[in-house]
This record gives sequence, C-alpha cells and structure tokens, in this order.
Amino acid sequence: MSFLRSRFFQAVVVLVVSFVVLRWGIRPPAPWSVIQLYMFVVLMAVLIYVSADSDSWRAFVRPIRSTLVDPDRRHVRGAFLVALPLLLGYYAYTQAAARPQAPPELRAVHPAPPASIRFRGKEINISGVDNPLRKDGAALRKHVAAGAATYVRNCMYCHGDNLDGKGHFASGFNPPPANFQDPGTIAMLQEAYLFWRIAKGAPGLPKESTPWNSVMPAWEDRLTEEQIWQVILYLYDATGQQPRRWETAH
Amino acid sequence: MKARTSSSSLATRGSFHCAWLVFCAAALALAATLPAEAQEAARDPAYRAFPLIGSRLAVWAVAQLHLNFAAFILGVPIFALIIEIIGWRTGEPRYDWLSHEFVKLTFAAFSTTALLGAALLFLFVGYYPRFWTYMTSIFFPTYWVYALLFFAETFTVYLWYYGWDWLAGPRKWIHVGLGVLSNLFGTAILFVANSWVTFMISPGGVDESGALKGSVWGAINNFTWMPINIHRLIANIVFGGTIAAAYAAFRFLAAKTDEERARYDWMGYIGNFVALAAFIVLPFAGYWLGREIYAFNQTMGITMMGGFMSWLWIIQAILIGILFLGSNYYLWLGMERIPGSERYRKYVPPMLIVLTLGFMVWATPRSLVLTLDEARAMGGTHHPLLGVLGVMSAKNTVVNLMILTTFLSFVLYRRANRVSTRGWVGTGMAVQWAAFGVAAAIVVFYGVYGYFVESIVRIGFSVYQVLAVLAAIVLVMAIDIPMFRGARSTGRIRWGTIAPRSQYVLILLAVTFTWLMGLMGFARSGIRQHWHVYGILRDTSPEAVTPALGYAANVITVVTIVFFALVMFIFWLGGLGEKGRTATHGHAPAPMLAGGSDADA
Ligand code: HEC
Ligand code: HEM
Repeated sequence: MSFLRSRFFQAVVVLVVSFVVLRWGIRPPAPWSVIQLYMFVVLMAVLIYVSADSDSWRAFVRPIRSTLVDPDRRHVRGAFLVALPLLLGYYAYTQAAARPQAPPELRAVHPAPPASIRFRGKEINISGVDNPLRKDGAALRKHVAAGAATYVRNCMYCHGDNLDGKGHFASGFNPPPANFQDPGTIAMLQEAYLFWRIAKGAPGLPKESTPWNSVMPAWEDRLTEEQIWQVILYLYDATGQQPRRWETAH
Repeated sequence: MKARTSSSSLATRGSFHCAWLVFCAAALALAATLPAEAQEAARDPAYRAFPLIGSRLAVWAVAQLHLNFAAFILGVPIFALIIEIIGWRTGEPRYDWLSHEFVKLTFAAFSTTALLGAALLFLFVGYYPRFWTYMTSIFFPTYWVYALLFFAETFTVYLWYYGWDWLAGPRKWIHVGLGVLSNLFGTAILFVANSWVTFMISPGGVDESGALKGSVWGAINNFTWMPINIHRLIANIVFGGTIAAAYAAFRFLAAKTDEERARYDWMGYIGNFVALAAFIVLPFAGYWLGREIYAFNQTMGITMMGGFMSWLWIIQAILIGILFLGSNYYLWLGMERIPGSERYRKYVPPMLIVLTLGFMVWATPRSLVLTLDEARAMGGTHHPLLGVLGVMSAKNTVVNLMILTTFLSFVLYRRANRVSTRGWVGTGMAVQWAAFGVAAAIVVFYGVYGYFVESIVRIGFSVYQVLAVLAAIVLVMAIDIPMFRGARSTGRIRWGTIAPRSQYVLILLAVTFTWLMGLMGFARSGIRQHWHVYGILRDTSPEAVTPALGYAANVITVVTIVFFALVMFIFWLGGLGEKGRTATHGHAPAPMLAGGSDADA
C-alpha cells in the first residue's frame, strides 16, 4: 500500500503512537502538563523529520495539497469542513466547561530558607549548620531511637509508617505529605533546612511561596530543639538517605 | 583610500557622532549628580515614580535593550576578527569581505547602544537615587575606567572600520592589530559593567553596613564576577552570531540575483557556525555560574534552582532545546546544497531521535504542575519515572549527548562533499567513531552512577562528563583535519540553493536566543528578590515584589519585539547607504561564491 509509505501517513503514525505511549504507557499516569510538553517536542521533531530534505517535504505536502485542491477529493474536503469545526468546538467546550476540580498549580516545593530563625526566642542559624547530634558518635543510636519515637507519636499519621508520605490522613490533603523515600525531598536538602521546615511548618513558609495550603504543622511549641534534631537523624537513618552537605566556599 | 571610505554611508558616520554626543551628555549628567548627592543625600527621596508604567518596568526594559545591543556590538567583533585573520592568512578575499560586513553591522548598532546606556543612567539617577548613590559610593573609580574604555573602544573601532582599505596589503597586520585592540577594550568594558551587576547579586569586599572594607577591587572581584564574565562573553558571541545570521537570512530572502543569494547563504552559514561553536560550551559556563551562586549563598542557590524559579528553568530548557534542534536542522538542510551529502542522509533519523529524547528529558520539570486528581493517582507530588528524569544527573547526561550529536552533525556536514584520499582513512574513521562511543559511554556511566551517590559527589561528576565530551571533540577534529586535507571533492557547494525555510530557521534561532537572554536577565535580577544589593541594600519601593513568570514573559516578549524592530530599522538604514553607492563601490564587493571553494569552515 503506497500510503503506508507516504510521509504524511508516517508523521501521523509517529504522533499517534507517541501520544498513546506517553498517555497510557507511563505508570502511574504522567500529569497532563508534562504530556503536553512532550507532545510539543515530538511534534517539532516530526516536522523536522519530514522537512529535512526537499523530496521528503514534497512528499509530505502532496496529500495535504491534493486534499485541498483536487476535484476528486471533494468529499474528503467536505468531511474535513464538518469535522474540523466540530473538533474545535469540542476543544473550546472542554476548555470552558467548569470542572469540579481545582486548577493545576505549580507549587514551589522547596522555597529558599531564611538565613536564621527564632526558635523559642533563641536565634538559630539555618545556613551552614550541621546536625549537632552527629558529633556525638557514641550516642547516635540513642538519638535515632528517640527520633523514631517522636516520629511515631507525631508524624506518622501524615508521613506514613514507611516514611513514604502515605499516612492515614494523607489522602485528605493537598498538597500531600512529603514522601521521604523519594530522592527529591530530604536527600537533596541540608539538615538545617529540615530543621527550619519542621520547626516552622507551613505557616513559616516565605511569602514567595503563596498560595500555600500545606497542612504541615509548626512543631516549635511542641518539640524541643533536641527532639527535632533527633527526628531528623531518624528520617535519614530510616530511609538510608544522606543529607546534603554544605559546599565549602573556596 | 578608495571608494568605500569616502562614500561610507552617511547614516553610520552620523550615528557615530551621535554616539559621542550621547556619551558626553551622560558623562555630564553623571558629574552633575555627584555634588547633589553629597549635599542632599538626606533630603533626597529614595525613589521617584516613573509616569505610567512605573520605574521598575522602565529600568527593566531599557536595561534589557541596552544589554541586547551591547551584547551584539561586543560579540560580533570577536568573530569578525577571527574571520579577518582567516582571510588574511588564506588570502581569500571573501573572508575579508565578510569580516568587513560584520563590523559594518556592529558599527550601525553602536550609537543605539550608547543611547540606551545613557537612558539607563538617567533612569537610575532620576528614579532610583538612593540606590545609585550607594553604587557610586562603591564604584566611583570604575566609572572613570568605564568612560576611558568607552573612548578607547570607540576610537579603535572607528579606525578599524574606516581604515580597512587604507591598512590593506602589507599593512594588514596593523589592521588586524586594531581588531585585536577593539576586542580587548570591548571585553574590558563588559568586565567593568559586570562588576556592578554581579556586586548586586553577590556583594563582596564590603562590611555588614555595606561600606567598602578595602579597595574597590574586593567589590569588583566578587563571587559571581568571573563566572558571569565568562558566561556572558560566550553568550555574546552566540548572540552576535545568531543576529548576524538572521541579518544574512533577511538579505537572502530579499535577494534578487543568484549571486547575492549565494553570498548571503554563505554569510548565514558562517554566522550560524560561529553561534553553534560557542553555544556548545555555554552549558558548561552556565553550570560554573550556578555553582558559584550556590557557593556564595545557599539560599540564593535554592531560590534560583528549586524555589519559585524552578519553572523558569523549564522554559529555559525548552528554548535551549529549540536552539539545539534548530541549528541541527539548519545543518541538515544545508547538506542538500552539497553534492555527495546523500551518503550521510541516513544518519539524520538517529541523530534526530537522540536530540528529541534528549530534549524531552532536558525539559522534564522537577516540580510538576498537577491537579489534585493527578497527584492522587501518582500517590504524591513525586512521579517515580518523571522524578528520575527531572534531576540534574539526567539533565547533565542528555545535554552532553545533545552536544555530541550536534558535533556529529557538524562533522558530517564538513565531510559531505569530500572523500579522503589518505591510506589510513579506515583506521582514522574507526578511531573517530570510537571516540564518540567512548565519550557517550562515559557520559551515560556517570549519569547513571550519579543516582547512587550524594549530591556533592554528583556535582563533581558533571566535570568528568564535560571533559569526556571535550576530549572527544578535540580528538575527532585532530584526526579529521589531516584526514580530509587535499581530499577528493564530489562537487562544489552550491551556495544559494538552500531551501528558503532554512533561512526562517536562522531568524527563529535569533529570536529564541534574544528571548532567552531576556529570560536569564530576569533570573539574574529575580534571585535578588527584595534587595537591590543582596543582603545590603533593601528594595523598599512599592515594586519590590518579584514579578510572576507570566508577567516577566510578557515584558521579555515586548522587549524582544522592540529590539528586533530597532535592529531592522538600523540595518535598513545601513542598506540605504549601500544602495546609493553600489555604482561607485571600489572594494572587492561580492566575492563569487557560487563557484567558490569547497573547503569551508
Ligand atoms: C497533618 C499532617 C502532617 C504532620 C502531622 C506532619 N507533617 Fe510534615 N508535611 C506535611 C505536608 C502536607 C507536607 C508537604 C507540604 C509542605 O512541604 O509543607 C509536609 C512536609 C514536611 C517536610 C518537608 C519535606 C520537603 O521535602 O520539603 C518535612 C521535613 C516534614 N514534613 C517533617 C515532618 C515531621 C518531622 C513531622 C513530625 C514531627 C511532620 N512532618 C508531621 C504534613 C504533615
Ligand atoms: C545550555 C546552556 C545555557 C545557555 C544556552 C545559556 C544562555 C544564557 C544567555 C544567552 C544569557 C544572557 C547573557 C547576557 O545577558 O549576556 C545567560 C545568562 C545567565 N545564565 Fe545561562 N545559559 C545556559 C546555562 C545556564 C545554567 C546551567 C545556569 C545556572 C544554573 C545559567 C545561569 C545564568 C544566569 C544566572 C544568567 C544571568 C547572568 C547575566 O546577567 O547575564 N545558565 N545564559
């Protein structure tokens, strides 16, 4: 069949196959915003492919041209004349129709921390500080165990007993509780950053992160400074992640 | 002294005087503000409001336009000089013509740059007096250096441009020397201006209150000064190359004769080649800059990469992806005008696939835009697959692979019409392919390994990846050049026969790059957030908030449009002068390219 070898047909096939793979081939499903981005790239690549030399470009344009002008394609043309406006109308409808769903939003997951915070009236430096409990190698296990206890008592309901963000309450919250197993959370943060987040919670997030609807509580009135450092030790210990180190300025 | 010097277009000469007037006016304004600053610092308001659009928008737009023009007139002479030297050493007149053509473009944009610079100064002095007073208290000595450099730059470029015929022949070396000098002055200007802007990001050499501790050198040589110097220097070359190529594309599309088409086709090719060559090293310079920002202040680093700007990097990645795809596409289209290139057609699809997949990974967001349902379906805001692709390890890996692919495109283009006559050609090619393969393997190896080490080690890996790619490039070229010296030709390049759509690609590249510059300018200023000088001088104006990305994108778009409108107007003026003098043009004007050489670049 000659149209199987036609450039136009190939281009359409590539687009359709890519869409199917991206939409249904990725598990769990990728967000729509990402699929759109990927499809844009694929579309560009396909256009480049069909137009990278003159023969191929002519072959690509030929069916389009003939559909537009050839007398014997009158019916196809007519079909397009009906189908295209309908499709556009449908698209407009999907865009305009109200959905019972909050619009997608971009959350700044890791806003910049302040340089220092006030913790129960005491000034604590956030930049350049390491977990003070790590210095004491002998007592490390004890601190981790204490941290585990703190975690189970306070954090597990949201962040889950596997530290994977799937606690009992998790499904009720948007944004969902952080998944500490994920390499994109605590593994790329310094311990001092965690200290700030745990002490100040969602209310302590900076202005630039609005709208901010996180339920992460501020723990500074409930946990002591030491308890927070302990629970941080536990988070890294239990997930096997390493905290990010401070880079030494030259 | 022949026709050109005497009949040099009135437009350019006039504009040159204009540049001087503007500069003197600016200097006067500066001098006038100083005593006022001393006497009335206390009484002066910290800000004044610019009518209608507000001070910030006014400063933003003018600064960006000034930067665009400045980047152009600093970037173009760098490669104009290289091309002139090529022409001088090889004795081929077309290179000399092209170099002169490039300097002509620079020249035409000179006065606009100065004009915008003066406007920027007025805006600072008038609308941000407290800020300007503070900057002056630190940087006053450098103002004089800047003025002197501007003087020296103007003078040497003037001589370089008008002395072209006069310093030809045996005196050519003097002329080339002038070109070198112009570039040295130009680069020095860039470095001085960069010291101000980098001080605002990462102030150094001052105490807590912002007073200078030692000499002004401490403030100049702050954390980000050198990285931005390098990043901008390279970016300016790319920018100059793309704008010059876009200019050639316009001339190509408007050309009436085959001969003209051939000439501008070639000019566009060289412009794009220059842009591409410099573009390839830009990511490396960018990472260095990023690292220095982290080293200066972790918070700022996080703001830049992970905070509210994380989406900005996705847009940056899309723009860069377009640049990669576009410039490869241009090379592939260009192969059509080379007899013998059919042999290499079959490489296009695999290269396209690598570039496309690379683009997709490079543009994968770290923070996803999600609806709640999608978040639920994913079981969190983190996607197991996209999360893997969204991190630095993956991005560094694909960008290095894209660079390698682009380089391969270029290597194939280079040999499109040549058949090596060397006996060792089989071995040579095998070593070349092996170099590509090994470099790709190293890049992928460290990319994958990067997932298993902590971030501080991982950052070091990108250095190995870069070194592998650079080593492959050097090795391949070291073999390629001797291998194809004196090669048998399969036919001459038919300059001017390239498909016209390629010329639109050149224009698209220029627009994309200009937009990218605007976006990165926003990033650079945005990471200071509500500070004029980070951590030292707070922005207390009503406009201290960092604007949203969508708003910034609109501003950048408008600025880009204005920039191209101005550029087109200036080039059009240059063309007017040319029309008047074609009859008397004495300088070998149009090297015949249709039958030109087949050894290019
Ligand atoms: C009511 C539910 C809830 C509880 C209880 C809770 N968290 Fe959270 N936590 C969240 C949510 C939701 C987020 C994600 C949104 C955000 O970053 O604020 C989060 C985020 C975090 C983060 C930031 C991770 C990152 O990548 O930035 C840390 C650290 C954290 N929680 C630690 C804790 C600790 C330790 C406890 C117990 C002392 C705790 N949380 C208790 C809901 C909770
Ligand atoms: C493919 C890679 C890159 C390209 C093509 C690129 C391009 C550019 C361009 C065109 C500019 C404007 C230069 C000017 O105004 O003269 C710029 C500036 C900048 N870039 Fe990049 N860049 C790249 C990578 C990076 C990376 C990886 C980072 C940091 C992590 C970075 C950070 C910046 C910053 C902060 C600026 C603003 C500096 C200024 O004021 O000019 N860039 N970049």
